[in-house]
Amino acid sequence: MSLPGFPDAAPLAGLTGGLLIGLAAAIMLLGAGRIAGVSGIAARAFGLADSSMPRTGAWAFVIGLPLGALIVTRLTDTPAPSFAAPITLVIAGLIVGIGTRLGSGCTSGHGVCGMSRLSQRSLVATATFMITGFATVALMNAAF
Amino acid sequence: MRQLLIPLASGTIFGAGLTIGGMTDPARVRGFLDLFRAWDPTLAFVMGGAVLVMALAWMVQRRMLRPAFADAFSLPDRNDLTARLIGGSALFGIGWGIAGLCPGPGFAALAIAPGSAAIFVAAMLAGMLAVRLVEGRN
Repeated sequence: MSLPGFPDAAPLAGLTGGLLIGLAAAIMLLGAGRIAGVSGIAARAFGLADSSMPRTGAWAFVIGLPLGALIVTRLTDTPAPSFAAPITLVIAGLIVGIGTRLGSGCTSGHGVCGMSRLSQRSLVATATFMITGFATVALMNAAF
Repeated sequence: MRQLLIPLASGTIFGAGLTIGGMTDPARVRGFLDLFRAWDPTLAFVMGGAVLVMALAWMVQRRMLRPAFADAFSLPDRNDLTARLIGGSALFGIGWGIAGLCPGPGFAALAIAPGSAAIFVAAMLAGMLAVRLVEGRN
């Protein structure tokens, strides 16, 4: 299915993926009573954050992420995406790591779990990282 | 066992959703962030779908005394807007825009492009460690 005016968009795949992400976060919330925020849970798994979440549970969540990706890539033939050069990945990774700890969350915790709860902090955080994300890509496109 | 099964199920479905939705494809993510050229709205559908389901989940949560498989809810209750929250989120958006990866897709991509994803994840953990070390001295 395509979206008129946006030949590259995959709205149905996007919506399907989004519903699954929402289901995953709902299982965490209603089953374990916790926010499915990837940056926080990952920091907990690697001993980089204090949290009441058991570390084994944090590890189970983190291991599930590539496991789910593996299942999807095995069942479908999606073309292999291309990634940035190593040095770019290092710079981006460092900034994402520092930013998500200072900002107490990322796209999942603030964007999905917090926004759907109308958390003031998450609404502001999401608006902020969207704006700087848009600006970063615009600046990089202008510069390179 | 439930202590492991719930997060494992959540993480696995999360990773599958990220992959189906295109979040593990940096070009797709940067296409969404490329507002001023050939904008790709796919990620708006990802976010919309996820927020829709979670909005329903929060409605159910308000009627529950405790989670299905845990003793109590353990949820953030802060409401204060701080420079740290806004500055950190601003930084995160910059990093997200540079490589088209955020934390969830970084881990999920370990099953798609292990080399590239491992570099991103290692650097991200180093950034988290840096915050931990600096704050530990305060």
